[in-house]
Order: sequence, then structure tokens, then C-alpha cells
Amino acid sequence: MRTIGLLLCGWLLSASLAQAAIDPALLKPLASDDSDTKIAAITALAQAAPAEALPVLKALADDSLAVAGERLVVVDGDRVFDAATNAEIKPAPAAREAIGINNRVRRELAAALAALRLFSDERAVRWQAAQEVTLSADAKMLPLLDKALAAEADPEIRTRLQLAHAQASLGSADAEVRLAAVRTLGESSDPNVRQLLIPLTEKKGDNWVDPDSGVRAAAGTSIRSIEQRLAWADNLGRAFTGLSLGSILLLAALGLAITYGVMGVINMAHGELLMVGAYSAWAMQSVFRAYLPGSLDWYLLAAIPVGFLSAALVGILMERIVIRHLYGRPLETLLATWGISLFLMQAARTLFGAQNVEVANPVWMAGGIEVMPNLMLPWNRIIIVAFSIAVLVAMWAILNLSRLGMFVRAVTQNRAMAGCVGVPTGRIDTLAFGLGAGIAGLGGVALSQIANVGPAMGQGYIVDSFMVVVLGGVGQLAGAVWAALGLGVFTKFLEGWTGAVVAKIVVLVFIIIFIQKRPQGLFALKGRFVES
Amino acid sequence: MSPSPARTPFIVRLGRSFNARSWQMAGLFAAFALIAVPVMHLVLPPDHPLYLSTYFITLTGKILCYAIVAVAMDLIWGYGGILSLGHGLFFALGGYTFGMYLMRQIGRDGSYQSDLPDFMVFLDWKELPWFWAGSDNFLWVVLLVLVVPALIAFIFGYFAFRSRIKGVYFSIITQALTYAAMLLFFRNETGFGGNNGFTDFKRILGYSITAPETRVVLFGLSALALIGTLLLARFLVTSKYGRILTAIRDAESRVMFIGYNPLWYKLFVWTLSAMLCAIAGALYVPQVGIINPSEMSVGTSIEIAIWVAVGGRGTLIGAVIGAFVVNLAKSWFTVSFPEYWLFFLGTLFIVATLYLPQGIVGLWVKLRQRARRGGDDLAAEAKGASA
Repeated sequence: MRTIGLLLCGWLLSASLAQAAIDPALLKPLASDDSDTKIAAITALAQAAPAEALPVLKALADDSLAVAGERLVVVDGDRVFDAATNAEIKPAPAAREAIGINNRVRRELAAALAALRLFSDERAVRWQAAQEVTLSADAKMLPLLDKALAAEADPEIRTRLQLAHAQASLGSADAEVRLAAVRTLGESSDPNVRQLLIPLTEKKGDNWVDPDSGVRAAAGTSIRSIEQRLAWADNLGRAFTGLSLGSILLLAALGLAITYGVMGVINMAHGELLMVGAYSAWAMQSVFRAYLPGSLDWYLLAAIPVGFLSAALVGILMERIVIRHLYGRPLETLLATWGISLFLMQAARTLFGAQNVEVANPVWMAGGIEVMPNLMLPWNRIIIVAFSIAVLVAMWAILNLSRLGMFVRAVTQNRAMAGCVGVPTGRIDTLAFGLGAGIAGLGGVALSQIANVGPAMGQGYIVDSFMVVVLGGVGQLAGAVWAALGLGVFTKFLEGWTGAVVAKIVVLVFIIIFIQKRPQGLFALKGRFVES
Repeated sequence: MSPSPARTPFIVRLGRSFNARSWQMAGLFAAFALIAVPVMHLVLPPDHPLYLSTYFITLTGKILCYAIVAVAMDLIWGYGGILSLGHGLFFALGGYTFGMYLMRQIGRDGSYQSDLPDFMVFLDWKELPWFWAGSDNFLWVVLLVLVVPALIAFIFGYFAFRSRIKGVYFSIITQALTYAAMLLFFRNETGFGGNNGFTDFKRILGYSITAPETRVVLFGLSALALIGTLLLARFLVTSKYGRILTAIRDAESRVMFIGYNPLWYKLFVWTLSAMLCAIAGALYVPQVGIINPSEMSVGTSIEIAIWVAVGGRGTLIGAVIGAFVVNLAKSWFTVSFPEYWLFFLGTLFIVATLYLPQGIVGLWVKLRQRARRGGDDLAAEAKGASA
């Protein structure tokens, strides 16, 4: 390895001396059975004829270098080339023996090849090579890395190379160089670098791995700062998954915030409205698959209005047929809507089968953004967060800026008075319920992208949605938002050290206790009043 | 009320809360459950037309337990106005507690021939967790059945009622409590058999649990427990306590302004109701032979409410009728048309709340009065039925 490093520097310095052919005497030891001889041969070969060495070394790495009589040949399919002159040999010699290499030689060879590729004209090749070099950098490669750094213009590759440079310097005999390297490495946020630094602070037998106490101390500091950065990324990742869980909770609970929070209707069939939305997404996917296979990736956009309208329609029917007869009797509403939920669940089972249906993510939702080496934000989560923000804004606008919203608020605050000034309270109830149901449908469309779509899917969200509304405070949109996000982030951080199920139990118990303290939720309406 | 209730012994007052007709009915029912059923199951040959099958005994015994739960629910919902969606929890807790005893009774007859229950061997546990201590003692377990769910209900109820959580809020947090408990019991580490729960029971007090004699005894005990529950409930709702409870149901703030503290009235009926559920659960498990966390699912607890709603809220016998009607329908549907059961149940929820506010009992009272008087004063009479 070191020898190769040296030789590569030598080659760089004397690149202009490159010759067209390789002396066969240099090639011959490559066929030796002894690994040390082979490695020495790689060294010597590259030193004498670096430009030609690359294809030969590649061939060696690919197991396509062979001995044919007195000379070495590169086998490429049916054709055979002389390794020394790179001229094709015709006819191809029949008797040839491939040169085998063991893992040690292979490792050295890979590092050498990577180092050579650092000077490639293609950025992608250089980037790849820089990453490989970082994994195996050592002190003897320093001059090479210096050279590469000087030539490199791309900032991303430069950062990578600087890391490799620092890593290589760790093997230096000069404590000052090591110290500088350890400090540079402390700025990394790569878990691999941490692994690399840890041995420096440890003892091997009775002696420290690194004899210099200053370097050891600096290594400790660097490890801590990397760990800090890693923990930070971890927490950031958790906050993000919490945020995305929160936005899912929010989507599930926003519709409920209208029907329960604003209208006072306990809708136990809310989960089934989510299910209606999710099945709409599935239905649109099937429609697109059958009629518009070319634009299958965009079925989700079509599913948004369809999900809204179908859930809203189901909601309006529910309100017209059942719920309107039960206003003012919340407990009866609870039971009747539970009946509706059973009915809808069984209807889905009868219509679409008891099994979960498969809803595929569109291609544009796949993948994610890599923020740090250990932090990846998947696109589908980002889109759901954005979608829930959009739904929230739309809902706020409807409630606060539109005429319908004004009527809904008026009926909520004083039904009799609103009726007296001409608000059609009955129709407003229906429309508001339809709106709440439609928003649940939108939530369902979003859920179809990250959760299983099946007849029983709604049941899983009903308790959570009610918790969000109750925690936030009935009748408060802002409350629902804070409660959803808070619960999401809190749950995810808790999951970090208790596991998912226990986290959920703890959250439920927390809410139960919280409600004892603040029965009106986080954001209570201010006022002094007593019921009945 | 009797003019000097304090001087009359409690047992007499308890006895007087049933009128003569009720006692006749109770006597008939007891005679059927304790004499007719054993004879028809044990003495008659299986091909006799009056022979009662094991299926009948198990099904009816199960529904008797459900009827106790329904009466407990009716006490708190029909008379106290508190809709609990957590009664499945207390039922399951009673069942689990008694199930611990039944698991210990298996002894070394399990698949692993170990002193520990099979699921613990499977989890590689070496000894019983602390809360299993004494679970091989029948009396201790019976005591636990009575105390543990009641204690949990008391603590939960104390804080909830003290914060004056009521109506739908209370329903939702009881639902959350039950849901949390279900998640807890689904975990293997909790020590209650995870999602398989307890099953494969072998014996109870040394007697084989599948023997016809044991079944008949359990059936008789369930019937007696139901009669006792009804008697106690009747006594409570006709007493002064019961009147204050209904007053709290109808206008809590006014009762408070008069000078009563609703907390203790509600807390008493809530704890008692939980206790009755636990007893029902303990009787249920040996008859059905399994208990698992699905008894704590959200749906199970809501179903209890529909038994009461169908039968007639605020009438004790209505709760029993409702439990029988709904559960018989369930066992018929799930055998004959399994795919229509949820449609039926869903419709039942809707119809019962929309068209049968007083349930079957209210409907019957209404029809009888219409026949007798040609439909006069219906509203007033319907009100009378619920009081």
C-alpha cells in the first residue's frame, strides 16, 4: 500500500516520462506466486510506465491478466493483447494461465486504482474515487492527495479529499501533522470518521495507540464534536418523523375538528371517512392503470378531488339521514355514528374484499433528500407535511374568509340568533359536515401513501383523532394543530427510548392525566359559564 | 321510601326492593337455571327432545355474563347519565385476574410440562412475575377480581369526576384508557400472554373445566350472580341514593347548588359498575375458555352500550333483554350470514338511537298502553316507564 502510494507520487512527478511500451521484465514478476513480489511488481510497474500501468492493473483486478508462454497478456473476451505493447496477438495463444490474486493484493490494487482515477476527466469517476480513497487513505498517499487537491476544483470532491487527506495524515510520524489532521476530522459528521478516531484514544496493551498526549486529547475533542453533530442529526431526524406523524394526525383530526370541535357532533365514523378517501386513491389508481397507463404517476393528483368529493358525499348522506335527528344528544350521536362506521366498514369489505388493497407510491414520491450522512428525509413524508399545511390553510381560509365559513361560525356561536337573521342553519349543518367529511377524505388520500388501505384502517385512527381534538380544545383549530404536532413529535422522541407500543401507551396516559388538569384542552375558550 | 329506613335490617330492605311479581319471575328463573337446566343437560339422554346441548349451556352462560355487564352499564348510563366506553376493560380485567388462577390450575399439563404457564416458558422466563404471586390460591384470586378493577375504576373515576369531566369527554377518555390497556396487554412483556391471552384451561378447583357438571355449576352461578346484580341494582335505584343519582343525571349543576357533591355519588356507581363487570368477566372466562386483549377493543365496549340501548335505558330488565336479544342475534348471524352481521349491528345502532329511545321495553310499554287506552297520554306514560 505504502509502496504504491510512493510510486504513484513518483509517477505523478514524472508523468511526462510516460512511454508507449512496458519493459517485459517489469511485467514478469506480476505472474509470481508470492504476494509480496506481486505488490512490489505493481509498484515497480507503475513507477516505470504509469500511463500504461492503468489498463494492466485493471486487467489484474478483473482477473483477465494471464501468462502465455514467456509474456503476459490481457484477455478481453476472445481477443488477446500483449500486456507490454497493448498490441493484439493473432492468433490468440491457446495455452495461457490466468494470474490469481489474493485479497491482500486486491486491496492494494483497489487503492492504487482509486488513486489513479482521482485524475480522471469525469467528475463522477473522481467523486467515486475520492470516496474510495477516503476509506483507505494512509500517510504515503499524502503527496498524491496534495496533488489531487491542488488540481481539484469541485467543492464537494475537495471536501471529500480534505477528509481523506486528514485521514491519511493520521498515519504520519509527525505529531503536528497528526494533530492538524485530528482537528480537521473533527469537523466531519460521518459515523465512519468517528470509528477511525476512536482507536487513537485507546490503549493497545500497555501503550497508547497514539504516543502523543496532545493528539489524544484533540482526538477526544473531535470525537465528541462528531458525536454531538451525529446526535443533532439524529434528533433532527426524529423531529422530522415526529413532524410527519403530527401532520398525519393533523390530517386525520382536522375534519374531526370541524364536525366535533365546531359542530359538536361526535362522529365515530370519522375513521371510515378516512377509509373512503384512501379507497378513492386506490380507485383512481385502478382507473388510471386501465385507461391512462402513460400518466399513471399522476393518479394521485386526480385522487385528491375525488377523495374529497366522495367522502363529502358520504358525510352529507350521514348528516341528512341520521345525524340531523340527533343534534343536542351527543351520546346518542356517538352510538349512531358508531353504527354507521360498522356499516361502512362492512360495505368496504363486501365491495372491495377483506384484504388490504395495494396503493403504489408514484415515482415522484420515491427517494428523498440526504441532509447529512445519517439523515435522510423521504419525499413522501415531505409531501405529506406540505399537503397537510395546504389543507390547513385551505380550511382556515374557508372558515374565515368565505361566506359559508362565516355562516358556520355564526351557527356555532348562536344557532337561534343565526337562524333569526336568515342563515339557513339546517343547510349550513349539512354543508359543514360535508366539509369536515371531505377533509377526512383528503386525509385518507394522504394516508393511502404511507399506510395500509383496507376495510379496518379507519379504526386505527379514531382514538388518535379524538385525542388530538380533545387535547387541543374543542372548537379550536389552532389547538388541533398544536396538539397534533406536539403529539407527533413527543411520540417519536419517546419511541426512541421506549419502543413504539409503550410510547403510545404513555402518550394516551399522558392525555388522560392532562385532561384531568385542563378539561377544556390546551386552548380553552375564555369565559365564565356553567352548563345546565 | 320506608319512614325509618335505618331501623329496618339491610337484608329486608334489599329484599323489599323487588315487588312480588319480580320475586316470582326471579324464582322462576332461578328454578330454571338451577334445577331444570342441570336435569335437562345431565339426566336426559342426548336424543331426548328436551335435552339441552353443551352449545346451549355455553352460549346462554356467556350471555348471562353479558347481561350482568349490561345491568352494570345501565346503572351508570341509564341512571347516572355517564356513558362509559371502558367497561370492556373492567370485564377483561376480571377475566384476566381469574384467568391467572385457571392458568396455574393447568399445572404441569401444558405443552412444556413446566410449572410456569406455557407462554412464560415460551418467553424464556424463569419465574412468575410479582403480580402472579398467590394466583394459585382461589380465594386470593376471587379477592383480586373484586378489588383490582374496582381500585382502578376508583382512582380513574376520582380524578375524572373531581375535574368534572362529563358527557362525551368522559366517554372519550374512558375509550382512550381501554385502548391504552389493550395495547399494554398485547405486549408479551406485560405478562398476560400477549395477543393469545389465556386459554387451554384444564380445571377449576381441581374439577375438569370441560365436564358437563362443571359447566352446569358455572351456569347456575352466573344465573345467581345476575339475579343478585338485579336485586342490588333495583335496591340502589329505588333508594334515596338512586334518586340523587338520577337527579345528577338530569341536572348536575342544580344538584350541586342544592348542596350535594356529585363526586361521591358518581364515583360509587362507577366503581360498583366496574366491580360487577369484573365479576361477570371472572364468570365468563371459565365458560368460554379464552380471554385475550380483543375484549378491550374499542368496539367491544361500545357494543355493551348498544345492548342497553336496544333493551331500554333506565330499565334494569331492559338491559338484560337487550343483552340477550343482541347476542342471540349475533350468534345466529355469525353462523348463518357472517358477512351481514356488521350490517345488522350497524343498523341496530342507528335504529335504536333514532327510533327506539326507550328500547324494547319502552316500545312494549307504549304498545300495551295504546292497546289499553287507545293511545292517550303516550308521552307521559313513556316518561313513567323510564323513572
